[in-house]
Amino acid sequence: MKAFTKVTALVAPLDRANVDTDAIIPKQFLKSIRRAGFGPYLFDEWRYLDHGEPDMDCSDRPLNPDFVLNKPEYQGAEILLTRENFGCGSSREHAPWALEDYGFRAIIAPSFADIFYNNCFKNGLLPIALPADVVDSLFKELTEGYQLTIDLALQKITTPSGREIGFDVDENRKYRLLNGLDDIGLTLQHADEIKAYEAARAKRAPWLFAD
Amino acid sequence: MSGKTLYDKLWEDHVVYTEDDGSSLIYIDRHLVHEVTSPQAFEGLRLAGRKPWRQSRNLAVADHNVPTTDRDQGIADPVSRLQVDTLDQNCAEFGITEFDMGDVRQGIVHVVGPEQGATLPGMTVVCGDSHTSTHGASGALAFGIGTSEVEHVLATQCLMQKKAKNMLINVNGQTGPGVTAKDIVLAIIGKIGTAGGTGYTIEFAGSAIRSLSMEGRMTVCNMAIEAGARAGLIAVDEVTIDYYRDRPYSPKGEDWFMAERLWQRLHSDADAVFDKVIEVDATAIKPQVTWGTSPELVVAVDQHIPDPALETDPVKQKSMLRALDYMDLKAGQAITDIWLDKVFIGSCTNSRIEDLRAAAAIAKGRKVAANIKQALVVPGSGLIKSQAEAEGLDKIFIEAGFEWRDPGCSMCLAMNADRLEPGERCASTSNRNFEGRQGYGGRTHLVSPAMAAAAAVAGHFVDISTWEGQ
Repeated sequence: MKAFTKVTALVAPLDRANVDTDAIIPKQFLKSIRRAGFGPYLFDEWRYLDHGEPDMDCSDRPLNPDFVLNKPEYQGAEILLTRENFGCGSSREHAPWALEDYGFRAIIAPSFADIFYNNCFKNGLLPIALPADVVDSLFKELTEGYQLTIDLALQKITTPSGREIGFDVDENRKYRLLNGLDDIGLTLQHADEIKAYEAARAKRAPWLFAD
Repeated sequence: MSGKTLYDKLWEDHVVYTEDDGSSLIYIDRHLVHEVTSPQAFEGLRLAGRKPWRQSRNLAVADHNVPTTDRDQGIADPVSRLQVDTLDQNCAEFGITEFDMGDVRQGIVHVVGPEQGATLPGMTVVCGDSHTSTHGASGALAFGIGTSEVEHVLATQCLMQKKAKNMLINVNGQTGPGVTAKDIVLAIIGKIGTAGGTGYTIEFAGSAIRSLSMEGRMTVCNMAIEAGARAGLIAVDEVTIDYYRDRPYSPKGEDWFMAERLWQRLHSDADAVFDKVIEVDATAIKPQVTWGTSPELVVAVDQHIPDPALETDPVKQKSMLRALDYMDLKAGQAITDIWLDKVFIGSCTNSRIEDLRAAAAIAKGRKVAANIKQALVVPGSGLIKSQAEAEGLDKIFIEAGFEWRDPGCSMCLAMNADRLEPGERCASTSNRNFEGRQGYGGRTHLVSPAMAAAAAVAGHFVDISTWEGQ
C-alpha cells in the first residue's frame, strides 16, 4: 500500500450529499477480477454522456461538460471536497480503488459511511471528516487553482490563506497509513494470541470448532 | 455499573486483543464469500503465499452474476462467467466449501447463510457485502467488509476493528393491515436518515419487532446499512431458537443444548445504557414507498411527494430537487398516481418464503396490468424455490403473468441480465433506489412484497391496507 505522509494538491469540489458507491463506480465494472484500472470509470454515469461498459476505451467517449471532474480547472486534482455521508451504500472496495486509480489521495467531507471510510485506509486514501460548517467554508473559498496541504503526521490541513484546520484520525489507522503497512502481516505477528483465543473459545462453543 | 447491551456482549466475546487506541482484533466465526468482492482477495493470498487460517469457517456461493433463466446453458456474458468461474477455481484451490450454480442450496448469500444454519446466534459474521447486516436478526454480530478485509479474514480469521456506539430503536405497538417488516424499516430510515446510524450498531427491539418472524427480522436488519449502521441486531428469543433447530450447519445433540443455553443470554441487560435511543410508534406506520434516489426519501403510500421548497436545509433541498428530476416526478404528486413499467420481487431483503407467500396472496386469481412490461419473482435460494413450488406459489405467479425465475441477486443491482432500461420505472422489493442501481437510467421505488404485487396488478401504486383488488 502507498504510504500517505504530506500532500499539497489541487482540490475538486463535488457539491452533493449522500454520494453512494454505486455512483462512484457502477456495478458493471465490478465484474473485473483485477484490482487496478478502475480510474477511467470513476463516477462513470455522471462523467460520460454514454453508457459505460467494462474494458471500454474511455478516450473517445463523450464527456459530460457539466460534471466537475471534466472541467479544465480541476484537471490533476488529488483532493476531493464533498458533502455528508460520502461513500454510502455497497461495501465495494472498487470505490476507493477507482478514486485512488484516478489520482485522488484524500477526501474531505462532513461525514463518511463506515465501510467506505474503513476501505479507504486499506488503499492509501485518506478520508477526513470535518464539521459541516468548516466544509462549507472550504466550498465557499474555493476558487480556481485552490490547493490544500494535508499533513497526516501533524493531523493538520493548511488553506491558501494560511488557516490551519486540525482533524481526527485513529492512531492505529494513522500509523498504518503513514508507513504504508500490510495489515495482514501485522496481524499474523499475533498468531499465538489468535490460537489461544481459539482454544479458549472452543471450550465455550465447541460446535464452532468441530471440524 | 450498568448492564451490557447485546452488542457489548457479542463484542467482548470475540476480542482477541485490544490496542492502546481502543482498536481490537476481533475473531470472526463465519466468513461468507461471493464472486464479486473475493477474486482480488484470493489473488492477494496467492501473491503472498498465504493459506486460509481455517478453511471450514468460510462458505462461498455465487449470487450477483448468476442468470435467473436457462441455468443449464451457463452464463452468456463472458465477463460475468469469468468471475463465477474464478470463484469456483479459488474455492477448489483453497479448499473452501462452495454451493455452485447447479446446487439446490445455491442462492443469495444472505439468504443461504441463515437457511443452512451457517450463520448462527452469537457468531461474528462478515462478508464482502454491505447487506451482511441481515444476519444480525439472529443475535449475531454481522457486518459488511471490503475486499482487503476479505483477504485479511481469509488469512487470519480476524479483523482489526474499532467498537461502534450503541443505538436502540424501540418499535412498539401493533402494526396495521398490510404493514410488514419492510415498511417498519423504511419508516425508520425515513425518520433517522441514511446517515442516522453511522458509527452505531443498531439494536431493534420492542413489541413490533418481537412479533416478527425470523424472515421479517432479517428484512429489518438487512436495511440497517441503509440507515448507515454497519450492523443491526435483534435479541435471541424462542422464535430465533426454533428457527435454527435442525438446520444443516446448526449444532447437534449435546452441542445443541449447550448452544441453546449460551444463546439465551444474547439480549441487552435491563439496565444497559445506549448512546442513543429512538422510539417508533408501530401503530402510526403505513405501507411505505420511496420516491427519490436515497432510501430516506420515503413516504406512506397515501401521501404526496414532498415539496423541496419547504425544505430549509440547502444541501437536502438540492438532493430532493435532483432526485425529483432523476425520478421524473413532481412535488405534490400522489404516490398512488405513480404508474410503473416493471416489478421486481426478490433480493436479500425480500426473497424468503414468507415474502413470496405475501406476494402470492395478492397475485392469486388476478392478472398483471397491461402497462407492466415485466414482473419478476426471484426466490432467494434454490430451497426456497422448491418450497414455493411445493406450495403451488409458482403457479399462482405464472397464471397472474409474473415470471418465475431461478435464485440470485438479479435486478436488485442488475449485474446479470435482469435490469431496467433507461427511463423505466420499477416497484422493487430490494434495498437501494440509487441512480442507475437497477440499470442505467432506471427509476426504483422501494416497497414491500405485497405492495409490489399489488402495484403489478393495478399498474400503479395502491394502498394495500384499503385496496380491494381488481
